[in-house]
Amino acid sequence: MTQPADILLDATGATVDPAEIARFSKVAEEWWDPEGNFAPLHRLNPTRLAYLRDRLGQRFGRTDDSPQPFEGLHLLDIGCGGGLVAEPMARLGFAVTGIDAAGKSLNIARAHALSASLAIDYRAATAEALAASGEQFDVVLALEVIEHVTELEAFFAAIRRLVRPGGAVIISTINRTAKSLALAKIGAEYLLRWVPRGTHDWKKFLRPSETAGYCRGVGLAIDDLTGMSFDPFAGSWSLSRDLAVNYVLTAWPQD
Amino acid sequence: MTRATAALSSADTPRICDILVIGGGLAGSSFAIACASAGIDVVLVDRLAPVARTAEPFDGKTYAIAYGSKRILDGIGLWQHAAPEAQPILEIRVADNNAPLFLHYDHREVGDDPLGWIVESRWLRQAAYDRIKQLPSLTQIAPATATSIVRQRDGVTATLSTGQVIKARLLVSAEGRGSTLRQEAGIRAIKHDYGQDGIVCTVAHEQPHRGIAVEHFMPSGPFAILPMTGDRSSIVWTERTAISARMVALPRPKFDREVAQRFGDFLGATETVGPIYRYPLSIELPERIIDRRLALLGDAAHGVHPIAGQGLNLGIRDVAVLAELVVDARRLGLDPGSADLLARYQRARRFDILALSAVTDVMNRLFSNDIAPIRAIRDIGLALVNTRPMTPVRKLLMQHAMGVLGKQPRLTRGLSL
Repeated sequence: MTQPADILLDATGATVDPAEIARFSKVAEEWWDPEGNFAPLHRLNPTRLAYLRDRLGQRFGRTDDSPQPFEGLHLLDIGCGGGLVAEPMARLGFAVTGIDAAGKSLNIARAHALSASLAIDYRAATAEALAASGEQFDVVLALEVIEHVTELEAFFAAIRRLVRPGGAVIISTINRTAKSLALAKIGAEYLLRWVPRGTHDWKKFLRPSETAGYCRGVGLAIDDLTGMSFDPFAGSWSLSRDLAVNYVLTAWPQD
Repeated sequence: MTRATAALSSADTPRICDILVIGGGLAGSSFAIACASAGIDVVLVDRLAPVARTAEPFDGKTYAIAYGSKRILDGIGLWQHAAPEAQPILEIRVADNNAPLFLHYDHREVGDDPLGWIVESRWLRQAAYDRIKQLPSLTQIAPATATSIVRQRDGVTATLSTGQVIKARLLVSAEGRGSTLRQEAGIRAIKHDYGQDGIVCTVAHEQPHRGIAVEHFMPSGPFAILPMTGDRSSIVWTERTAISARMVALPRPKFDREVAQRFGDFLGATETVGPIYRYPLSIELPERIIDRRLALLGDAAHGVHPIAGQGLNLGIRDVAVLAELVVDARRLGLDPGSADLLARYQRARRFDILALSAVTDVMNRLFSNDIAPIRAIRDIGLALVNTRPMTPVRKLLMQHAMGVLGKQPRLTRGLSL
C-alpha cells in the first residue's frame, strides 16, 4: 500500500535527517539506474521476482491477480542492498524488513523507498544477530547472498530460526561449475565488466546439492529447485532447468 | 474520520495512483480500461464531459475496427458494449478509377472471421463509458484539464483545473495530434500537410451492402464506402482542399448528386443522411514516443493518413503493448513508469508505427494522381497483389490490414492481460 511521501519518517518511526537523505539519493539514483553499475541485478530482477511471486503465491494460497496479494504477511530480505527486491515485495503487499551489513546501501534504500512512497523497515543488522533477537518472519529471502558468507552453518541456522512455522525460505546463488567460472566469474567480471573485479570468489560458490545439504541440516525441506539462465541474444533472463550457473531454491521449515 | 480530516483529505491530500492518463478519446479510454481491468489504479482526465463526447457533434463519424483490434477491445471488456452496433466487413474491394482490375479481399481466405467492423464513433464512446463505470480502480475526472504537470525521476505530480492533485508513477498522453505534453517534453514531430481534406458523411441506399467495403481510388484521392448497420454506408471521401470546401458548401441535393456520381449505382439510389464533416489530412510523427515518466499513445504518438482507416487500430495496438508491460511490471511489484519499461514500449511500437506511416503515405501519393505511367504501375500492382491462389505476399498484406501480424501482445492473441 502506497503512503504519502512527504513525511520524513522511516517505517520504524525513527526520523530521517533530510540532509542525509539528499546526500544518499544521488547514490540511490546510481543503484537504481538500470544501465548503471547494478545493471546485472536489474536484468535479473524480473525473473527473480516472477519466481518469488509464483512460489510464495502457491505456498500461502495467494494466487489471485489482486494488486496486493501478500497483505498481512511479513517478509525479511537478507542482504537487501538498495532495495531492488524489497520495494517490489512491499508493493505486492508484504510488510518488508530489509537487513544489510553495509550501512551505506541502507541509506540508499531508505532514500529510495521514501521517494517511492513505500514504508519499508530497513535495519543495519546481520541475519545471525536478528535471529538471536527471536524475531520471526513468514518469508525469509537470501538472494545472491550466500556466495559472500563465510560461516555457512551459522548462517543457515540463523535462517531456520528466522522463519516462522508454515513459512518459506528462498535462496538464490551461483553454482560452482566450469560453466559458472567461465560465465559468472570471468565473463561477468572481466569480459562484460558487469560487476567489479573481485566481486566473487568462485571457490566460495555452492553447488545446489551443497546448498540443499545445508538447508536439510537445519531442518529446511527443499520444495523446489530452478535454474535462471541468461540469453545473451535476447539480453534477458529466464527460469530454466539448467542449474549450471544461477539457481534459486525454495525450502520450507520442517515441523 | 472527523470533519477536519475529511476536509483535509479531499482538498489537500494528493490522490496517489499508478497511472495518470490525459485525454479521454478512444485510445486513452481503452488504455485506462485495459489497466483498470487488471486491477491497476488509474486516473483518467478528459477535457470533455462524457455527455459531450456522445452528443450530436460526434454523430455520423465511424471507425473501422480491424480484426486484431476487436480482439483487444474484447479482452478489455469494451467490445461487448459496442458489438450490437458493429457492422462486420465481409469483403473489401479496391478499385482504381476506370480500371477494370480489382484488389479483392474476402474474409473466407484467412478464416471464418470478418475482416473488420465498422462502428459509429458515438457507440464506441458509449461502450467505453459503460465499461469505465464497471471498474472500481478507474477514476474518471471530466471535464477537467491539467493546469500543471511536474515529471520527476520518481514520479509525476499533476494539478487539475478542479483543484485536485494527482501523483502517479506513469503519465500517459492520449491527447491526440499536437499533444501538449509531447511539446512540453521537447519532443519534436515531423509534420506534413497533404493539401487534402477528408469529407465524411453517411449515405442511405436502396440495396443492402452485404458487408462489402469499397475503396475507390479517384484522381483526387480515395473514396471509401464502408458498410454500416442498416442499409447505410459511411463515406470517407478524400478531396483536394480547394474543391472540398466548395463541395461541403453545396446545397444538400447538389452535394447528394456529387456523392452519387462517385458512389456509383451498384446499391441503387443513394441519399446522404445526417451531418457532413470536413477535416484537413496530415501526418504527424513524433521523433520518439517516450520521455521521463511519459508515454505517448494513440494519435499523440502517430498521426497517420487515414487512407487505410488505420489510425485508431494503431492506437489500440499501442494500448495492447503498453498495458501488457504495465500489468506485467505491476504483477511483479515493479515500477510501471521505469525508464526500462518505457524503452521497451518504444522498441515494441516503433516498427509498426513507421511501417504503417510509410505504407499509408506511399499509398496516398500513388493513388492521388492521374499521371498515366503511375496509373499503369498501380494497376499492374493491384493485379499482382490480387493473384490467385493466395500468395504469401497477399496473405501478409491482408494480415497487416487485419492487424494480426508479427509477435503479438497477449490481448491481440485473444488472451487476457
